[in-house]
Amino acid sequence: MSGQLIIFWIVTLVTVLSAATVVFSKNLIYSAVALLFTLLGVAGLYVFLWADFIAVTQILIYVGGILVLIIFGIMLTHRITSVRLSHSSMQRGIGGAIVLMIFVGLTSMIFRAPWYRVAAVEPQETVRQIGRLLMVDYLLPFEVASVLLLAALMGAALLSRKVN
Amino acid sequence: MVDYFLETFSEITWLASSPNLSFVLAVTLAGLPIFLFMALNALIAVYAERKISAFMQDRLGPMGQGVGLHAGKWGILQTVADAVKLITKEDIIPATADRKLFIIAPFILFTASFTAFAAFPFNEYLVAADFNIGLFYILAMGSVGVIGIILAGYSSNNKWSLYGAMRSAAQIVSYEIPAGLSLLSVIMLSGSLAFRDIVAAQTGTTLAILPNWFILDNPFTFIAFWIFFVAGVAEVNRTPFDLPEAESELVAGWMTEYSGMRWSFFFLAEYANMFIVAGVASLLFLGGWLSPIPGYLEGNLWGIFWFISKVSFLIFVMMWFRWTFPRLRTDQLMRLCWKFFLPASFVTIIGVGIWDLFVR
Repeated sequence: MSGQLIIFWIVTLVTVLSAATVVFSKNLIYSAVALLFTLLGVAGLYVFLWADFIAVTQILIYVGGILVLIIFGIMLTHRITSVRLSHSSMQRGIGGAIVLMIFVGLTSMIFRAPWYRVAAVEPQETVRQIGRLLMVDYLLPFEVASVLLLAALMGAALLSRKVN
Repeated sequence: MVDYFLETFSEITWLASSPNLSFVLAVTLAGLPIFLFMALNALIAVYAERKISAFMQDRLGPMGQGVGLHAGKWGILQTVADAVKLITKEDIIPATADRKLFIIAPFILFTASFTAFAAFPFNEYLVAADFNIGLFYILAMGSVGVIGIILAGYSSNNKWSLYGAMRSAAQIVSYEIPAGLSLLSVIMLSGSLAFRDIVAAQTGTTLAILPNWFILDNPFTFIAFWIFFVAGVAEVNRTPFDLPEAESELVAGWMTEYSGMRWSFFFLAEYANMFIVAGVASLLFLGGWLSPIPGYLEGNLWGIFWFISKVSFLIFVMMWFRWTFPRLRTDQLMRLCWKFFLPASFVTIIGVGIWDLFVR
């Protein structure tokens, strides 16, 4: 086994195990901390796909922004840590059947889909290509997305304002 | 450095046969100096801070009566004594603290600073891992450290720690935005996120005699430098932005319950972050490893010297700030960020664009 493969499996293991902790932990703040390692693991997987820019963006946006907000929200909520998160399941039969169907459907799709394969060559420069695509080929979707985000920002500002 | 070591190892016969061993060895050889450098940086910076603060207050600071007495001549051994004290101190974990998170928090903060150092170039060749998006990577790693601060404050189960952590998180998340935006002006001019290209774009002279650094390139980058530097001071929680650890209100903020080795990890990370902010500022705006007199005193060793000098000067300015400005109130802090720095950094981006298109 090559060194690269060993690192890949460590990253995968960290991602999957911490993702499981996010779901199964009874303590909300432990779930949030486990999410940190999941997000870092996913960033590591991006690196293995030579998507360095996406990997760093993932860390900057999800860890530095969203996860901080999640933990912040948990800390600001009164006594949320004493709430026992229950994982009681109801209607196990039907639920299990649906889960199995989704699993089989997704698995068969993964194996059948005609995946777009990229040549296994490390790209020289990723940022320049992404910038060109965003500002030339996909300029309209990019601008529409920015208007949408601006609307969301203004909505949040309006909601958080004190009503006179 | 990793690539360099790998190349060197491939010529050694007994190492070339096992790529795994040479990879581990190359990464260790590139990473270990970073750790030592972080410790050395804190050791020197603490002494400098004690002395500078003392001189600014018309005191002598740590002094000794001679070698072997007290803390050595001029108190040089003061930080060594501090380090020994910290290592031998009892490690206390409060009974009501969240043990797991309490233990993990200092390591998250420290690891974030440590990994950021991996992409940090000291001269053209001396960089642990050279990659194309070095600047972006350092910014991202800087944002991971916040999680460590929040966890430290939360797990201590103490009102001061919690308040300190919440103030710190709000402050860092807010000031990250003007800091990042002000760097965009330089990225627009250099057209790259790699430190190598950014510094290379600053070679030569401007206005006949001045070095062609981005801070002197146009009025907007000059403003951008100050926005980044002040926002950087806020991001490392130093005075006048030290509300998260305001001694008179919060004891020591999110570090209140920490002692011994765990506390010293916070300490190492804090001084490392100061170095990172000063380093990014000098790489992007002050020409990094380039000589201030273009054409003279250049070369690899001079490069390291110039880079370290620029960083040391900026760290000195940070310490100068500390003994000059009083602490800001929370509302003043937020107003400064959102109502002044944020619009100003947008103006620098647009201004640099217009300057580059029409004035030049």
